[in-house]
Amino acid sequence: MTQADRWMLPDGIAEILPADALQIETLRRRLLDLYHSWGYELVMPPMLEFTESLLVGMGRDLELSTFKVTDQLSGRTLGIRADITPQTARIDAHSFPRAGVNRLCYAGHVLHTRPRTAMGSRAPIQIGAELYGVESLHADIEVISLMLESLQTAGIEQIHLDLGHVAIYRSLARAAGLDEEAQRELFALLQSKASADVQQWVETNVSESRAAGWLRALPGLAGGSDCLAKARDLFAGAPAELAAALADLQTVADSLAQRYPSVELFFDLSEVRGYDYETGLVFAAYTPGYGQALANGGRYNGIGKVFGRDRPATGFSSDLVSLNTLGRTPASSGTAILAPLAEGAEGETLWRAVECLRSEGEVVIFALPDGAEDEVLSRCDRTLCLEQGSWVVKPRD
Amino acid sequence: MQITIALTKGRILKETLPLLAAAGLEPLEDISRSRKLIFPTNQQGVRLLILRGVDVPTYVQHGAADMGVAGKDTLLEHGADGIYEPLDLGIARCRLMTAGVKGVELPQGRIKVATKFVRSAKRYYAAQGRQADIIKLYGAMELAPLMDLADEIVDIVDTGNTLKANGLEPRDTIAHISSRLIVNKASMKMKYQPINALIEKLAAAAKKN
Repeated sequence: MTQADRWMLPDGIAEILPADALQIETLRRRLLDLYHSWGYELVMPPMLEFTESLLVGMGRDLELSTFKVTDQLSGRTLGIRADITPQTARIDAHSFPRAGVNRLCYAGHVLHTRPRTAMGSRAPIQIGAELYGVESLHADIEVISLMLESLQTAGIEQIHLDLGHVAIYRSLARAAGLDEEAQRELFALLQSKASADVQQWVETNVSESRAAGWLRALPGLAGGSDCLAKARDLFAGAPAELAAALADLQTVADSLAQRYPSVELFFDLSEVRGYDYETGLVFAAYTPGYGQALANGGRYNGIGKVFGRDRPATGFSSDLVSLNTLGRTPASSGTAILAPLAEGAEGETLWRAVECLRSEGEVVIFALPDGAEDEVLSRCDRTLCLEQGSWVVKPRD
Repeated sequence: MQITIALTKGRILKETLPLLAAAGLEPLEDISRSRKLIFPTNQQGVRLLILRGVDVPTYVQHGAADMGVAGKDTLLEHGADGIYEPLDLGIARCRLMTAGVKGVELPQGRIKVATKFVRSAKRYYAAQGRQADIIKLYGAMELAPLMDLADEIVDIVDTGNTLKANGLEPRDTIAHISSRLIVNKASMKMKYQPINALIEKLAAAAKKN
C-alpha cells in the first residue's frame, strides 16, 4: 500500500462524519426511547463470542457471514457477531431468564464477511426488538406494530409490508413427502419464483398428485388480501397446519390494517426467507426507491433450546444507517453560541453564564486562540457579549 | 407509477419486442435506429432501457430497473440474489456446452479450461469431479484450444457452425439457455399489480410463440 492509499477503508466499510453521525445518533436515541416506552429493555450483548454459542441453530448463512478469529486465551474459535438476534435469544434463555414474557431491544454494530445485499454495508448498525415467551399472535402483531412505528419514527412515509408464513411451504413439503435435500432444492427455486422450473421440478420429484398441485400453485400466490381467499379455496383439504397459517395471516393483516391504514399490505405465500430458523409468520418492510427490505423479522421459536430453554420468540431488526438515509430525522438546528475568552472576574462570570446556557441545551463554543476561526464562526449564529457587567447572548453580525 | 424494463440490443431485443408488443407494450421509436439508451413506450410510466446483456441483472438487482430480460447464461454467472425469475420467455435459445479439438482426448489430471462463464464452468467441472483451472477470456473462445491455451472451452453453442469451422467438436451440455424475465424483489412487492399483469400477458405471448 502506498502512502497515498493509506486513507482507504475496506470495501463495504464506511466512516460516518459529523452531520450524518449526529442524525444517526439522534435516531438511535429516539428509537431506543420508543422501545423503552413499549416496555422493551435494552441489552448490550458482546461484540465477540465463541462461535459455538453465536452460530448455533441459525443456519448456514449466518456462519458464512461471520468473521472468525482464534482466541489466544482458550484456543477456541471466536466469532464477531453478524447478527444480534441469536445473542438476545441466548440472554433470554440463559443470562436473563424470566418465567413469562421477556421484551428485549438492542442497537449495535455487527460485521458481515460479505455484504448481504448488493452495495450493502459490511458494518451495519443493527437495531431491533425481540419478544420471548409468548406464542400468541398478539406477540406477532405487537412486534410488527413496533417495526412499523420505528419506520414512521425514522420519517419513512410510504411503507409496504410484506407478510408470509414459513409453515405454508413446510407443511406442503411434508405433505409431498420431500426429504431435507429435496426441500432445499425446491426452496432455492421458490426463492427466485422461477415458476417454470418449479413446475418441472415438481413433475419429476413429487408423485402424489394433490400435493404436487399445491406446490405448483405456490409461486403464483402473492398479491393483496384477495390472495388469502384464493389460497383458502386452493388449499381446502391441505394439512391443518396450513389452514392455521392462513388464518394467522388474516388475523394479523386485519389488525394491522386497522392500526396502520396507510401501510400497504402485500402477501407472499411462497416467501421462504429465513427458512433455516424461522418457524412461523415472517414479515419485511419496503419503501419505494430502495431495492431491498428495510426492516424484517419473524417468528423463530425454539432457538433458545440449545441454551437450555425452549422459548417462543418473535422479533424484528433493521439497519440504523439505512433508516437514516431513507427517512428524514430532523436533527437539531445545529447553531451554536460563540463565547470569547475572558480572564479574572469577567472570566468567572462568563464561565457561569456558559454553564447555564449549556445546561439549557445550547451549544457554546469558546473562541480559542489559533482555533480554526472560520469553522467556529460558520457554526455560531450568536455570540456572548459583556453588557453593563453581565453576559448576554446577541445575534452575531 | 413508473416501471423500468432493462433490455439488451441484438438477438434478445429482436425476439423480446414482439412479445412486448403482444402484451400491448411498444416503444415510441425504433430502438435499433436510435443511439438513445432510454425509450418511452405507448404506456404511461413504462420505459425501456437498453444495456449490455451482462449488466441487466445488475440493474435489476440494485433496483435501478424493475424488470429485465436476460439470458439464463448471464443469470447463472451473476447469481440470483435479490432477483425473481418468474418467466421463461423461451426466446434466444441455445446451449451452454463444453467443446474441444475434434478427436483430441482430455489429458489426465488437472485440465485447463477457457471460458467467459467462469462460475458455471467451475460448478460444472466440480460436479464432474474434475479439477480444472479456469482461464477467463472475453471472446473468440474457439481459438484457445487451437493455440494450446486450454484443453477445453465452455461456451454458448447455437448452431455449432463456428466450432465446426475451427475444427472443434461440441461435447457435453451444461445447461439449456433461454431468456428469462427477471424482476427486482422489492419492485415485485411494491408494484405487484402492474408487474404481475405484465408477467401474465408476457406468459401468454410466450406460450403462443
